[in-house]
Amino acid sequence: MSDNGKQTVLIVDDSEMNRSILADMLENEYNILEAENGLECIRMIQQNGLEISLILLDIVMPVMDGFQVLEAMNTNRWIDDIPVIVISAENGSSQIKKTYDLGVTDYIPRPFDELVVRKRVVNTLLAYAKQKQLMELAANEIYEKEMYSSLMFNIQSYVVEYRNGERPTHVPNVKSLTQKLLEKLCEVTDRYNLTPKDISLIAAASTLHDIGKVMIDSKILNKPGPLDPEEYTIVKTHTSLGYQMLQDLPVDQKHPLMKYSRQIARWHHERYDGSGYPDGLSGEDIPISAQAVALADVYDALTSERCYKDAIEPDYAMEMIESGQCGGFNPLLIQCLRDIRPSFDEEKTNMETPVVAADIDLRQKTFEQLYLTTATTSRRSLRLLDQERMKYSFFASMSKEIQFEYTESPAMITFSKWGAERLGIPEIIMNPKDSPVIASVFGNKVWDRASRELLETTADDPDITFTIEMNVGGEMRWYRLIARALWTNDIENQYIGCIGKIMDVHDRYLEDARLRQKAATDPLTGIANRARARELIDMDMENDPAGTYVLIICDVDDFKQINDTYGHLTGDSVLNALAGELEKSVRQGDVVARIGGDEFLLFLKMNTEPEPVIERIYNQVLSSKQPVPYTISMGAATTIQVREGYEKLFTAADQALYRRKKRDGKGGFTVYEPDRDYESGDLTPIDIENTKTPDPGVMNMEGEVV
Amino acid sequence: MTLQECYALFGGSYEDVSSRLPRERMIEKFMLRFLDDASFSQLQKNLLEKDMEEAFRASHTLKGVAANLGFASLTKSASELTELLRSQNPDYSDAYDAVCRDYEQVRQAIESYKAAAGGQ
Repeated sequence: MSDNGKQTVLIVDDSEMNRSILADMLENEYNILEAENGLECIRMIQQNGLEISLILLDIVMPVMDGFQVLEAMNTNRWIDDIPVIVISAENGSSQIKKTYDLGVTDYIPRPFDELVVRKRVVNTLLAYAKQKQLMELAANEIYEKEMYSSLMFNIQSYVVEYRNGERPTHVPNVKSLTQKLLEKLCEVTDRYNLTPKDISLIAAASTLHDIGKVMIDSKILNKPGPLDPEEYTIVKTHTSLGYQMLQDLPVDQKHPLMKYSRQIARWHHERYDGSGYPDGLSGEDIPISAQAVALADVYDALTSERCYKDAIEPDYAMEMIESGQCGGFNPLLIQCLRDIRPSFDEEKTNMETPVVAADIDLRQKTFEQLYLTTATTSRRSLRLLDQERMKYSFFASMSKEIQFEYTESPAMITFSKWGAERLGIPEIIMNPKDSPVIASVFGNKVWDRASRELLETTADDPDITFTIEMNVGGEMRWYRLIARALWTNDIENQYIGCIGKIMDVHDRYLEDARLRQKAATDPLTGIANRARARELIDMDMENDPAGTYVLIICDVDDFKQINDTYGHLTGDSVLNALAGELEKSVRQGDVVARIGGDEFLLFLKMNTEPEPVIERIYNQVLSSKQPVPYTISMGAATTIQVREGYEKLFTAADQALYRRKKRDGKGGFTVYEPDRDYESGDLTPIDIENTKTPDPGVMNMEGEVV
Repeated sequence: MTLQECYALFGGSYEDVSSRLPRERMIEKFMLRFLDDASFSQLQKNLLEKDMEEAFRASHTLKGVAANLGFASLTKSASELTELLRSQNPDYSDAYDAVCRDYEQVRQAIESYKAAAGGQ
């Protein structure tokens, strides 16, 4: 879904016409992307990913066909997320079956119907939306179940708390604190080898730490004020009683949750210095699960109000723990508690009801379990950073970019390692302005130009870009340079240097030139087309208005008969051969163009009389190797007679040609003379848009002046 | 000249195209744009260079474009040429002539339509 809320449809078809028709049908409801072959399509998917909601795919295409696109989409599993509708004139049932086998959603035969296209696009998008909804529904259901079981867990522990006369926040607090302590612990040491899943299980098991208290007389538990030694001895038994209870339960005792629950129930009153109960364990003999819960239990008990005491200020509670007044704890865990205390205390005061708190906790844990399966948060983000760095340098080396950074003071330019290697220069160059190394690669003027343009940039428009030809390893290649000026952030706003990159655009630059050439070329013969001829002529006449020029229009006599007698394949080769001969017969820099079916135009700069030159061209064509015998007629006009510019010159040449064909006889040439009487020619010099292009064959066969 | 008359000039089926593309302006727009469509000149060039695989694709594209616009006679001749080129049949010269004739007919009719519309 894009900014305007419309879904995006990618149309893949090699015919611009077909793409336009489809785009026309769909552009009101959807954003349209277009690709002209399979490779382009793959590139678009890679670039836009799930932004693309649907693909309309043609099958027969150059470079990479529709089947290959579908295979790539299957390999990459994109087809699972982006539905494809094939539109093809391939109507064989085996072809259609093959596209379905490759996972397309629908098949529309050509010629297609506007209504059908629109309906099927809508239906397919709806079906995919429904499928996604179902998946979300399933995910929600799993989440709900998780939540129910967690809720049941919490209810049970609240029941215990309730009977024990404790505040209902104690269990969630211990759970949350245990989780945080262990996560922190994993950041500072590898010693305990805990996965995020282990930590979650221990946190869940912590909710049962006081389960043994259900066996203790509630009168003792709820007694206001200190207990006497006998009562204290009884209360202490809740540890081994809880352990016993859990061990006697007819459930899977091997499950990690049960294992942690037993450890915690029995040993959450043990102390690191061996001063705890019931077993007097010390140091790492106490499982880390129980160590963490013990500390969490003490900290929360100290900072909460109990029936026998008031709440203690967190800072003071921390001091009590650190000074060993509550028994000894693992120094690493104490350090962790110190670090996480601020966030825990804040969360604790923000807790409105314990149920909500537990729910938040679960959501967060579900999220973390989904995304952080192998490491703790901070390690993961570290690793991500590492990955980012690696990715960055990898892509920098892959993209063949030369990156640089320049500082004014000291005057120094630093190139990326790859860039320096590519340019064959050191990574660091001092005083680049006067460096012969820089001048030899970039030329003498680039530095001054870049500096000047960088100084003129503004904060809103901080980048400069230009295309330069550079000497790299003795080879001249085209590069694009992009740089951004860096300014101090203070009031003075001083220019302190720039960063930038230099991209090798040589091939693209040449390709652009080739495309420009293509747009100006007649596809059949490879010579200039009419529009291009006009451009070239205008340029010539502008560059040298005083020069003498001749414009010649030439056509094939009885061309229609050639087509009818020998076939269009032969007709095409006649046109192609004629174009070749005309091109050979003039100098480089003269204009040769195909301006209509069998009409060609020549535009030459003259130093002498035009006739000998025209005669030479005429004879060269006639004596050349011809696919089938043919003759041509030519009409010419020079700027000696016609001085009023291109259009008049063209009309005059056209009239001369017309006279040649109607009066003087086909096969030959006629030069325009102003005092003669002319019929108007059939061609107009104006852009082809306004030209009623004649059928030259019909014209030639009439044989008479109309 | 109406669109229907123009279609009649070159053996097109206006009924067919208007049933599939109900907006008349759309038909007109794309019919006029057919003059700039590259698939025919691409086909010419490919055949001249004897690049038969590309010629097949160009012919296939021309057939698809023509079919969409309801150019019935051109669709038919282009289909025949496409199938010959697909099966690498060397005797495609007559079929190509038919395509050229049909194409020329379409082109001239559209030019006339354009000239008439421009003159109004």
